Amino acid sequence: METAYIEVQKLSKTYSAKNGTVEALKEISLSIPQNEIFGIIGLSGAGKSTLVRCLNLLEKPDSGTVIINGEDLLTLSKEQLRIRRQKIGMIFQHFNLLEQQTVLENVCFPLEIRGIPVKQRKEKALQLLKQVGLEDKAKAYPSQLSGGQKQRVAIARVLANDPDILLCDEATSALDPETTKIILNLLKEIHDTMGITIVIITHEMKVIQEICTQMAVLHKGSLQECGSAEEILKNPKSKAAKRLLMIKETEEETDYVG
Amino acid sequence: MLDKAMLEMLLEGIRDTLYMTLLSTFFGYIIGLPLGIVLTLTDKDGIAPNKIIYRILDIIINITRSIPFLILLILLIPLTKLIVGKSYGATATIVPLTFAAAPLIGRMVESSLKEVNQGVIEAAISMGARKRMIIFKVLIGEARTSLLVGVTIVLGTVLGYSAMAGVVGGGGLGDIAIRYGYYRYNTKIMLITLIFIVVIVQLMQGLGMLAAKRLDHRR
Ligand SMILES: Nc1ncnc2c1ncn2[C@@H]1O[C@H](COP(=O)(O)OP(=O)(O)OP(=O)(O)O)[C@@H](O)[C@H]1O
Ligand SMILES: [Mg+2]
Repeated sequence: METAYIEVQKLSKTYSAKNGTVEALKEISLSIPQNEIFGIIGLSGAGKSTLVRCLNLLEKPDSGTVIINGEDLLTLSKEQLRIRRQKIGMIFQHFNLLEQQTVLENVCFPLEIRGIPVKQRKEKALQLLKQVGLEDKAKAYPSQLSGGQKQRVAIARVLANDPDILLCDEATSALDPETTKIILNLLKEIHDTMGITIVIITHEMKVIQEICTQMAVLHKGSLQECGSAEEILKNPKSKAAKRLLMIKETEEETDYVG
Repeated sequence: MLDKAMLEMLLEGIRDTLYMTLLSTFFGYIIGLPLGIVLTLTDKDGIAPNKIIYRILDIIINITRSIPFLILLILLIPLTKLIVGKSYGATATIVPLTFAAAPLIGRMVESSLKEVNQGVIEAAISMGARKRMIIFKVLIGEARTSLLVGVTIVLGTVLGYSAMAGVVGGGGLGDIAIRYGYYRYNTKIMLITLIFIVVIVQLMQGLGMLAAKRLDHRR
């Protein structure tokens, strides 16, 4: 089956700021097949966050369509969109956990939103915490966890609704390289075992290299190139992709020297 | 030092002051809490932006907040008479106190709720949360420490206002302080009532802060 799972057509978004307007997205068209780990890379300000936030309509595009599994999100009513979002998970750079709630309560939250009875909530949340290796932290508060642990809680939380899509906006950007690897491996494992389509936003080539099967390169709101991650990493065509690869190499060199 | 009658009067004053302060704050929150929530939701970064509603409430609050309490108290006499049946005494004072507290509370609640991390609200939206869930679980739940600190500040302010109402026979410790200290030059009684007022404010402040700290899991 080669139909796209997420189909973005001519998506545009302009922000008006005090000193003029910013075209954050310029007619982006993109197909993300089911069951891929799709990376979207670009420099800061390229429009990556805007793009991914349009995929669950946290951000309303000015024009264009977002079609998920054949369903045009922009035609949904508020209530339909609310329900649909429950199956589109999202994790964030800064985790966005409820600081005043325990780890367990955080994982229970999406189930509470869906009105699942307390007992079932807890059972499922505990099982998910086990899956991300944090069952012993159930009673802890987020402030007592490391960044990597917080992100694992966020992942457990997002899995509670059995999403078919997982959107990750710079999910590893606040973490050190080692923790980044752990989180990426966890995402890969989730993808392999649960068959979730994952969209990963990043500004680091190594994240793409690590787990993405397909990728798109974004620069100043425009799509530069798009396709197999392996291909683009080996043979980048766009200037933006070449530049991003070069940044990575210089980083590796400095790593080596340092 | 103090005769029995005096002591009884002071105890009654304490009782009346607490009665006015607590009830007015309670009624103030019945109006002010929804007010603060609506302000937060309808502001431009809120989850239900609505310029018109926000502006209207904003203006009403600004106007009522800028009326000095004593003048508000006099302006509200007809309303107080309508609700309580008379315009003096502790129970009557609750009416103007509530109206003075409500806009203050609205602002305090608004500022507390706006401290909540926008990212957490967004996460809840991305999970498909209803507005009601976002209001209670995310906004109020996450801002609870700040809200409680707000309650203690409001209690202190309302207690101060209640003492001011003593000028027009509002009852409570302020009434005693003014009657004895100001009209009869009995400095001793005035000082004693003042000490009581300070102690009550301190106690409320201390308890409120303790509760807020206990409830805070952010560190
Ligand atoms: N709410 C907003 N109001 C005004 N301008 C915005 C807003 N959000 C984003 N922009 C602008 O749109 C452009 C794209 O922003 P976006 O956050 O999508 O970039 P990004 O690729 O995610 O960058 P980063 O790697 O720094 O997160 C930027 O120029 C940014 O300043
Ligand atoms: Mg971003």
